[in-house]
Amino acid sequence: MTTAEPMNTVVDISDLEISFATDAGTVDAVTGVTLQVQAGEVLAIVGESGSGKTVTARSILGLLPETARVRGAVVLTSKDGSDSQDVVPLRGSALREVRGHDAAMVFQEPSTSLNPVYPVGWQIIEGLRAHGKYSRKEAREKAIDVLRRVGIPDPEERIDHYPHQFSGGQKQRIVIAQALVLDPGVIIADEPTTALDVTVQAEILELLRRCRDDFGAAIVLITHNMGVVADLADQVAVMYQGEIVEQADVRTLFSAPKDPYTQQLLAAVPRLGQGVEHTRARAARRAEGWAEAAPVVEARDLRIVYPGRLRKPDFVAVDGVSFSIRPGEVLGLVGESGSGKTTIGRAIAGLTKVTDGSLQVLGAEMNGFKERTFRPVRERIGFVFQDPAASFNPLLTIADAVAEPLVVHKRAKDGGAARPRVDELLEAVQLPRAFGDRYPHELSGGQRQRASLARALALQPELLIADEPTSALDVSVQARVLELFDELQKELGFAALFISHDLAVVDLLADKIAVLYRGQLVEEGTGAEVLGAPKHPYTQRLLASLPVPDPDEQARRRTEWNALRE
Amino acid sequence: MATATPTPTPAAAPGGRRTWRTLPVVLQLRQSVGLQRGMLVAGLVLTGIFLFTAIFAPLLAPYEFDQLRDANGPFGAQAHPSSNHLLGTTVGGYDVLSRVIWGTRTALAVIVVAVLLSFFAGVLLGLVSGYFGGWLDRVLVVVCDAIYAFPALLLSIVVAIVISGGQSSLLGGILAAAISITVVFIPQYFRVVRAETVRIKSEAFVESARVIGASNGRIMARHVLRNATRTLPLILTLNCSEAILTLAGLGFLGFGIQPTAAAEWGYDLKQSLADVSSGIWWTSIFPGVAIVLTVLGITLVGESLNDLADPRLRGRRAAGDGPPPAGTVEPGGAVVGSGLATGMPDAPGAIEGYSA
Repeated sequence: MTTAEPMNTVVDISDLEISFATDAGTVDAVTGVTLQVQAGEVLAIVGESGSGKTVTARSILGLLPETARVRGAVVLTSKDGSDSQDVVPLRGSALREVRGHDAAMVFQEPSTSLNPVYPVGWQIIEGLRAHGKYSRKEAREKAIDVLRRVGIPDPEERIDHYPHQFSGGQKQRIVIAQALVLDPGVIIADEPTTALDVTVQAEILELLRRCRDDFGAAIVLITHNMGVVADLADQVAVMYQGEIVEQADVRTLFSAPKDPYTQQLLAAVPRLGQGVEHTRARAARRAEGWAEAAPVVEARDLRIVYPGRLRKPDFVAVDGVSFSIRPGEVLGLVGESGSGKTTIGRAIAGLTKVTDGSLQVLGAEMNGFKERTFRPVRERIGFVFQDPAASFNPLLTIADAVAEPLVVHKRAKDGGAARPRVDELLEAVQLPRAFGDRYPHELSGGQRQRASLARALALQPELLIADEPTSALDVSVQARVLELFDELQKELGFAALFISHDLAVVDLLADKIAVLYRGQLVEEGTGAEVLGAPKHPYTQRLLASLPVPDPDEQARRRTEWNALRE
Repeated sequence: MATATPTPTPAAAPGGRRTWRTLPVVLQLRQSVGLQRGMLVAGLVLTGIFLFTAIFAPLLAPYEFDQLRDANGPFGAQAHPSSNHLLGTTVGGYDVLSRVIWGTRTALAVIVVAVLLSFFAGVLLGLVSGYFGGWLDRVLVVVCDAIYAFPALLLSIVVAIVISGGQSSLLGGILAAAISITVVFIPQYFRVVRAETVRIKSEAFVESARVIGASNGRIMARHVLRNATRTLPLILTLNCSEAILTLAGLGFLGFGIQPTAAAEWGYDLKQSLADVSSGIWWTSIFPGVAIVLTVLGITLVGESLNDLADPRLRGRRAAGDGPPPAGTVEPGGAVVGSGLATGMPDAPGAIEGYSA
């Protein structure tokens, strides 16, 4: 990588070391990182959370908190190659001069990176004002132009709109426009698509590709999604515990990963079609007469409406959905944000009220249910929440939290009496017994989610609802949790509703897949049916938008996706 | 990030949890550096002196608070500081030093009673109001807003008159002062606990408890209350200093405790008003200084605790000092997805520290 001509190198990081002062003393976030970014190239930095990828990228803009201490050099060259300087010692106005002009940033969450009280045009023009003299008219023209180029329709009119008037994908386009308006040499995109739905993600990736091709900007892409890397990146750097363990061009990395960590990371990525075999094997194991057994959950024309505020129309979250889950069956519920998938899960657990239709859960009707009569049924339902960090009371030890259902349902007098059972449960989810005495914050994300699984299974439920149980986890951790889920399901035989936005994850586990779109069930069937031969156009679009972790395959799929879009 | 994790510290690591080092104040003292540490130490010293004086008042004070004469006869009014009366005597003939020292006891008693009463009432009301919501919540919020609308001292005066009706016994006086302060303080605790409860109510771990089938009482006691009280120690310290000021204000206006019942700085200040213009400085300066130092001390403690509780305000030793802690780095151990939303870096250690 060091053989590139110096003229073309826009970012040259050498021996970068970053450490943070924390309450627990000094923590080294990045140790000895050396990287180059060439003009007009996309460099992807991949790694787990905590691997130092964000910190490394942010050092290019000098965007580190006061507690950080940086050593090494980050040489940033302007786009025309006329000017080149080390960012690390820069302060104040010199640093401001570089920001936006030579390097710009695209943040993860578009809804929080735009100021809600200013029109988007004003926010784009702010960057122009900071870096040069433009008349009001010129600046406005420039902003309209850049908005048009990132694909905002009617930019002349929409420039005066406020962020809340745009959709999530459009907001991310505006953030990218903000970064592009000064024509920087390098754009740092920190998980630019993580907060977006798959179909929107595909469009944003397309836009970023155009940033490179049409605007000639180099992009430093930070991501943990290997599919995104395969789709967009030219070069890939894999980071682990503050170091770069492997750096290669994208084809080499995916076809012949050298470092064991990279191999492990790639192996952990769930791929579509892996589940077909698995589903068949499970179907073969089922006892006779299984299909006739009374379903544990049965929804008929289920409708859930959130009442609107004053003079606002009601929001229909779930609109006439019918499905059933039989004993021991895993139903995968897939959909984008706002499709109503979480609402269905919550309604089954009695956390959201059913408006209309019928929802039978373990023989209890949820339409017009009373907490008092439903409480005995709760024993038979387990629930795994999306964010393992938030679903544990931070002041209770893991053992206490896992014992909670046992104590509430009077299977044990108190936490101490429940301890033998808790130890058993922890062992079942492959956590050491000693972890019971720890507090939630002392566990990693994957460990916490396993503890959460242990809590959900404490009462040996007949039905488990898992609401995006792995979406807050790293890929490698996710693979282990999914494996565990599958093993436990096989062993204990509970029925499950597995809610996820990730088709590949659902495919791995589910017997049946149901696709939700705007509150309606558009397609239902086995994995082979839904993923192999999708009938509904939305399912087809969803499938085509999903980036696969293979650069050549992804390039082919991209053409398909483009064809589908027209 | 929304999770309310107790600030992890080296001492909270496995093996050494819940020692004296993790006690409030001690923990903060260990965390603080530089000016913040100076403020905290100064506050702690002043508050320590105040507590020490209050506890050992009978040993420290040369005379009783209501003593007007000794074996040598009456003290005499407005006597200059002398070897018999180190700080002189007041217009009423009391020993100033003794009054100042005994005054700490009254102040402490009022603080304890007032803060305890308002603490329990406010927390309970806030918890119930925030958890159940509905009409009870609305009524309580309106009542508390109404109390806020009154000038605090005026309200205290009204309550003092209602409760004591002009009586001036020790207990009656202290209770009157304490309860009148309580009425003003309840809304503060109510508001804070209610707001926290409303926030925590929608946290995933409370929903998880509901899914398990826990009763409302159990959820409130076990899951909500303990997580809602984190900021209360700060309000508590700040309220202590406010309580002293209110007590002094009541005494100054003549609604406090009579000199024969207990020593009270506000009353002494009022009595010394006329002395100021006639060049008698010792009767007003010393009770005044006592009030200022006590309030300053407690406020310093409260403010520094407040700053230290917020990781964004807390100063840290510069990176590079001291050895890196082994075994505290947990890759993937923290939820980092929102690293940007909070403006915090993607570093494991940093997030661990920030997750409070």
